[in-house]
Amino acid sequence: MTLLLLLLPLVAALAVLLSGNKMASRVALLFTVAEFGLTVYAYTIFKQQGPEAFVFFHDWISSPKISINLGVDGLSFVMIGLTNFLLPLIVLSGFNREYSNAKTYFSLMLLMQFALIGVFMAYDGLLYYIFWELALLPIYFIALGWGGKNRVPVTLKFFIYTLAGSLLMLFGFIMLYYYNPNASFNITDLYNNPVCSCNQGWLFWMFFLAFAIKIPIVPFHTWQADTYSEAPTQGTMLLSGIMLKMGTYSLIRWLLPILPAGIAEWGPLAITLCVIGIVYASIIAIMQNDIKKLFAYSSVAHVGLIAAGIFALNIEGLQGSVVQMIAHGVNVVGLFFCADIIINRTQTANISSLGGIRNIAPRFNTLFMIVVIASVALPLTNGFIGEFLLLFGVFKYNTWLSVFAGLTIILGAVYMLRMFQNTMLGNTNENTQHFTDLNWSETLVLGIIAFTIVVMGLYPKPIFELVQPSLDIILNKAIAK
Amino acid sequence: MENTLQAVPQNWYLVLSTLLFCIGIMGVLFRRNAIIILMCIELMLNSVNLLLVSFSAYSGNSDGQVFVFFIMVVAAAEVAVGLALMMSIYRNAASTDINVLNKLKW
Amino acid sequence: MNDNMIQDTLLVTPALLVPLLPLIGFLINGLFGKFLPKSVTGWIAALAILGSFICSVTLFNGLNSTSSLNIDIFNWIAFSNINITFGFLIDPLTITMLLVVTGIGFLIHLYSIGYMHDDEGFTRFFTYLNLFIFFMLLLVMGNNYLVMFIGWEGVGLCSYLLIGFWFKNESYNNAAKKAFVMNRIGDLGFLLGMFFMLFYFGSIDYSTVANQAQTLAPNSALLITITMLLFVGAMGKSAQLPLFTWLPDAMAGPTPVSALIHAATMVTAGIYMIVRSNILFSLAPTTLTFILIVGVATSVFAAVIGLLQNDIKKVLAYSTVSQLGLMFAALGLGAFSSGMFHVVTHAFFKALLFLGAGSVIHALHGEQDIRKMGGLGKYIKVTYITFLLASLAISGFPFLSGFFSKDEILAHAFEQNKTIWVILSISSFITAFYMFRLVFLTFFGNFRGTEETKKHIHESPITMTLPLIVLCILAVVGGLLGLPEVFHVQHAFSTYLSSVTEGSAQYLVHHEKVSHATEIALMSFAGIGAIVVILFAYNKYVKQNALPADDVELTGLNKVISNKFYVDEIYETVFVKPITVLSDLFLVLVDKLIIDLAVNATAWIVATTGKTMRLMQTGNTGFYVFAMVIGMMVLLIIRLFI
Repeated sequence: MTLLLLLLPLVAALAVLLSGNKMASRVALLFTVAEFGLTVYAYTIFKQQGPEAFVFFHDWISSPKISINLGVDGLSFVMIGLTNFLLPLIVLSGFNREYSNAKTYFSLMLLMQFALIGVFMAYDGLLYYIFWELALLPIYFIALGWGGKNRVPVTLKFFIYTLAGSLLMLFGFIMLYYYNPNASFNITDLYNNPVCSCNQGWLFWMFFLAFAIKIPIVPFHTWQADTYSEAPTQGTMLLSGIMLKMGTYSLIRWLLPILPAGIAEWGPLAITLCVIGIVYASIIAIMQNDIKKLFAYSSVAHVGLIAAGIFALNIEGLQGSVVQMIAHGVNVVGLFFCADIIINRTQTANISSLGGIRNIAPRFNTLFMIVVIASVALPLTNGFIGEFLLLFGVFKYNTWLSVFAGLTIILGAVYMLRMFQNTMLGNTNENTQHFTDLNWSETLVLGIIAFTIVVMGLYPKPIFELVQPSLDIILNKAIAK
Repeated sequence: MENTLQAVPQNWYLVLSTLLFCIGIMGVLFRRNAIIILMCIELMLNSVNLLLVSFSAYSGNSDGQVFVFFIMVVAAAEVAVGLALMMSIYRNAASTDINVLNKLKW
Repeated sequence: MNDNMIQDTLLVTPALLVPLLPLIGFLINGLFGKFLPKSVTGWIAALAILGSFICSVTLFNGLNSTSSLNIDIFNWIAFSNINITFGFLIDPLTITMLLVVTGIGFLIHLYSIGYMHDDEGFTRFFTYLNLFIFFMLLLVMGNNYLVMFIGWEGVGLCSYLLIGFWFKNESYNNAAKKAFVMNRIGDLGFLLGMFFMLFYFGSIDYSTVANQAQTLAPNSALLITITMLLFVGAMGKSAQLPLFTWLPDAMAGPTPVSALIHAATMVTAGIYMIVRSNILFSLAPTTLTFILIVGVATSVFAAVIGLLQNDIKKVLAYSTVSQLGLMFAALGLGAFSSGMFHVVTHAFFKALLFLGAGSVIHALHGEQDIRKMGGLGKYIKVTYITFLLASLAISGFPFLSGFFSKDEILAHAFEQNKTIWVILSISSFITAFYMFRLVFLTFFGNFRGTEETKKHIHESPITMTLPLIVLCILAVVGGLLGLPEVFHVQHAFSTYLSSVTEGSAQYLVHHEKVSHATEIALMSFAGIGAIVVILFAYNKYVKQNALPADDVELTGLNKVISNKFYVDEIYETVFVKPITVLSDLFLVLVDKLIIDLAVNATAWIVATTGKTMRLMQTGNTGFYVFAMVIGMMVLLIIRLFI
């Protein structure tokens, strides 16, 4: 089951590559939907038998001891669920555009899916690292091959930047291996044999930098806005929707339980950085005129809050971060899809030259509105559950930090409504007058997203229940002295 | 175990081969004609051969001589390839001066 | 809070139907509205609210004033030791609000069918209106603060949508955005208040919080913090100083919206919330004093601004702010049920005033400036009479609804602090003056608009006048709900609410009740004062035909008042400008120049090093060999001698 879940996208990637340019998108959709179906089936198994049903272990290299150690617990499952839920939508969002060499394009997406699932499943440090790096390759080629005008330097910067972070992480893993009495990369070995706290401080930075660049936490975020605006929309969706969550997921999975003393030492600094980043990015977003960059900065603010909740080291923060990872993944894909629709039809990303789209595209307006209110965290949307718990987690950690982080509620409303007003409301102008309302595939994508937003906001309990056992274990390790 | 090689003291072999080796190095360093450099490399190889043979004789162990044969084979191959390269370089550059061949730089 | 909770299954269904019907109405209109004819969509929406109203009446009949009904629907946010349910609490306070919201809501839906008849966004309007009612009902029905918060933010969203209903107009959109953002400032306070409760009390259920709070020492720092934060939320929602500037701007929305959201229901949510947490607040006298000060200040401040406004809706808006201030003053005095009583009567007459104003605007095809009205009493009789009665009610004319509710508050003020009483009395006289300035300028004298407009003046259709008449009756007789004890009857309203407010009574400082004679004296003073002020206004605006000066002619204090004390401008300079500057600064200076420069500098260092080092690759074979030999010699020397 585990292997099937992991390898189906890889098979799909090959199948898409062989299917030819015309059929590529449909084959990709077929496979991603099948994968999603498989995930739903896996959920029923998971409900009955628990994580034990998903353990897969096979020796790979005897020295250094690296094994193919895969597993799915609640946390992994939620992340895999997010990946497999978003992929069909992302593929579907590419239906209305003509892409040169479409088979490669969609094949790379599926390869990305494979790598992402691998990241969320890997229970062996080095295997995890391999998947982590593997995930970088497809997105690099997607951005490089199908990006905007300025794509070459921007994607290079993105690639080198994240690669530099990963290198530190690789070094960190090697040192963990070296310090480990069992000489192993296995996650349970790493969990159960904490490194001497004298070494945890700098090891913390090895991992934290890698994750901070990926997430990104201010001040390691400067690759992001440019990459988002240059990458093709599907690439941006993959990046912001799922790939950023690799960073936050890894904080929970690999950083908290393995280096508790490092967290104790540097956690306060990290959470302060996160909270500063929230306000900082929100303020920048207020005056952004490029719609994709605006969403990029809003994304920095949101994931900053997620990371802050994780470093708050309490169950509310962790639960909130998981819920918000899902919520943000769904919402940001929706936002970037809306941005893509606007940019594609009006040929401009500058919000001050837009306006009045609502007059001619009411259906688009409604769905866009729902995504916007979810991202400003209005109650009964998924964004609220996450932000409420995250802010409460930070509150338990430190009252003043949460007051400061809470400013995101106000600032978020300011920049989102400004964007919405400038693009959608007012009078139609020459850029927007030929705007056509959504076609069926766009309506489907946004409709599914809007539906998910409300359902998750109303009934988040299944997610809480799914991840609670994993988070309990991780939290126990993280705060054990 | 007396033989003709041992008629000469071992130090003399050492001195001779060192001298030959140094001549070879100097030749490699200071001559600019590629063919002469090639010959100087041969000289260095052979100085080592000499040393190996002499040690082999003095210690009564044939390992050194085995090495010598290896080196001779390699040297022969090297000369064959090297001279072929020289030929093609000469055809292109009409010279075997190594300072002319400085295209492979930054 | 209430010991005899009953699980009356018969009442669960109507209780669930109350919010469900507007939701269904919203879904039908929202999803299928464009396939339905106009007449159907409007009536679907109105009937949904009527259904809710009937269910509310059922609840009112089914539950007596000492019992309450708690319905837990499902666990919303629940894990480890956090358990927040999605549930409803129906008690007298809730029912009061339910009746007001659904009752007035229905009348306003009815009115809107006529008022919005020619609008292209007719269906959309009713969709939003139903959604608003749904959220408002969640707000008042929730059994914990988080469910209240859903409604709290939800009504904010609907308010945003409805203020910006005519979304082609940029200034309307700005007003909508302003309302949302200002509300959000308050919401942050509310949210933090909830965090404190959740953290220190382990729950945000009303009952648990109230019980836990009573174990703390009165006026402890924690209680003050919580109540202050909650009050910040109330300030935003109920437009108190300093977060009031959004409400006058919110008049950009269609008039029924102003009546429903920005007068009768949503803006009173802050008062509802404080009454709901009355035990918490009464345990924190410091906060109560603060509320009192804010309430009194807002009341006077807004009333003074109202004196010189010329837009018919703006006058009413400032009057709303002023009246809300009065309600908060009542809460600050610990007179929770009096505050609620004024909420109810205010809902009647203020909704009526707005609807009447809407009718005037309708008759004049969109004209809102009172300087271009006048003499309308002759043409639109129903509107005129109802508007006049509502103005009398708000001015505190004897024996109308506003008279009783206002006097109750003034009596409480008199008991506790004479200064407060004086200020509030002045504020209510100012109210009487500007209301009648409005009435006289609009309905008396001669018409000052163009002949063209004059020809088209017409009375509104029945769907619009019927709500006016019903509300007018309520505004006139509504005071009977709370006849003071002077008249030797039980105060019906406060008795009904007593199960909610009695818990806090023991924590409030008790002042000696004023004697009946004093109370009658106070009432007469207020009543006669109101009449005198009205006569003064009559003298000025009808006898002398005084007209408000044009804005440019105003000087000195008048100019300052007419420009609303420049509060908007101050906020613009103090908050908005710096943030935009900061935003640019962050982007250009910090992001691009400092952080990104550091990143790029790293890359530059690597690249430059590479560029320099490659110069060693001269391509000169001799040099390579030489370097090799030197290197080997160095290694040899190191090996041998070091």
